[in-house]
Amino acid sequence: MADPRDVLIIGSGPAGHTAALYTARANLHPLVLEGEPSSTSDQPGGQLMLTTDVENFPGFVDGVQGPELMTIFKEQAARFGAEYVTVKANKVDFSLGPFAVWADDEEYRARAVIIATGARSLMLGLESERRLLGYGLSTCATCDGFFHRGEQIAVVGGGDSALEEAIFLTRFADKVTIVHRRNELRASKIMQDRAFANDKIEFRWNAIVDEVVGDGKVSGLRLRDTQSDELSELPVTGVFVAIGHAPNTDVFRGQIDMDENGYIDTHDGTRTNVEGVFAAGDVQDHVYRQAITAAGSGCMAAIDAERWLEHEPRTETNW
Amino acid sequence: MPPDPRRDLLPMSTLTALTDATFEEEINASDQPVLVDFWAEWCGPCKLIAPILEEMATEYEGKLRIVKVDVDESPDVARRYEIMSIPTLVVFQDGVAKKRMIGAKGKGQLAQELAEFL
Repeated sequence: MADPRDVLIIGSGPAGHTAALYTARANLHPLVLEGEPSSTSDQPGGQLMLTTDVENFPGFVDGVQGPELMTIFKEQAARFGAEYVTVKANKVDFSLGPFAVWADDEEYRARAVIIATGARSLMLGLESERRLLGYGLSTCATCDGFFHRGEQIAVVGGGDSALEEAIFLTRFADKVTIVHRRNELRASKIMQDRAFANDKIEFRWNAIVDEVVGDGKVSGLRLRDTQSDELSELPVTGVFVAIGHAPNTDVFRGQIDMDENGYIDTHDGTRTNVEGVFAAGDVQDHVYRQAITAAGSGCMAAIDAERWLEHEPRTETNW
Repeated sequence: MPPDPRRDLLPMSTLTALTDATFEEEINASDQPVLVDFWAEWCGPCKLIAPILEEMATEYEGKLRIVKVDVDESPDVARRYEIMSIPTLVVFQDGVAKKRMIGAKGKGQLAQELAEFL
């Protein structure tokens, strides 16, 4: 068995880093399984790694770049001794004491676990989407907007993420069509105002994507009108999907209580139904989903874990 | 002195950077397979895999060469190989593109995908 830790943190977005900072300062020597590189939001640093300007994180008068903010978070936690490994947890056993977590065939044991694996962007789930991923269809606007200079492209979705991406993409594209399944947006007022004021942005209301069209690379979207059921084609060379999020909790299924959408149930702060296992950030929050609320709940989880460890006697099985 | 806990946050690249001007010659001249990392400064996932590629370059020394191309500085090469998403990794053997991997991946998965060239 691996040497048990006091605290193991799974995930490294605002919640994971903040939990690491607080538990490190409490001398609990946290180890963070930060995740593995990917081009989706399920990666070290989390969703902010795919964003540009973060304008609503307090303390940054002129805003801050998402990846830069996450680097600062990590440096601050590392300064107090938090340790990071670039692996993704692929199995857990919370019935064991100390709790067991596996990643890359390596076993990690800890008396307390803080789950902060966040949420990932949903995809359309079409075969044509998988086939054209990387050939005009992208999961990362900040990475791939550059390849669409002077082109006509589409963003699918109607929330803040969709509008942020669309506005960002107007730096490169001549025209960005926002395809939304309803006739109104759920995005915040400030983002709506900016999108409506941007003359490179157009809207296609009441439309869902029936197919991503393209032979080798994206040439358009086949849209289905939700009112008339009519099909039409929107010629675009790039497609960016921002239709919502799902929690990264597949690995915890059967180990911990979740709601019907897979978000981890928490009570009395960040406690889960398993004593000694805590959850923070978007993995347990489908309501607020902000960097600042995730960071706040990461802090709460660290304090909850610290207090729990203080009162939990070290026994044969958990130590 | 204890190791600086921030050392991983300050990666220094030792990989050769190929450009529009040098790409063709270097790829054709290599007697080993060459893994080309198409990347750019603004791409977050590209930065995440950079330290992994550094490690692999050392581990695979003599068997596989790893180089990088900044798509912003060398748009012609990127266009020629129809790069539309970064990071994209392309393996060249005898000057010919043999395999293309799109998107950032963990080290284990990359190693698996590269096994056939070692």
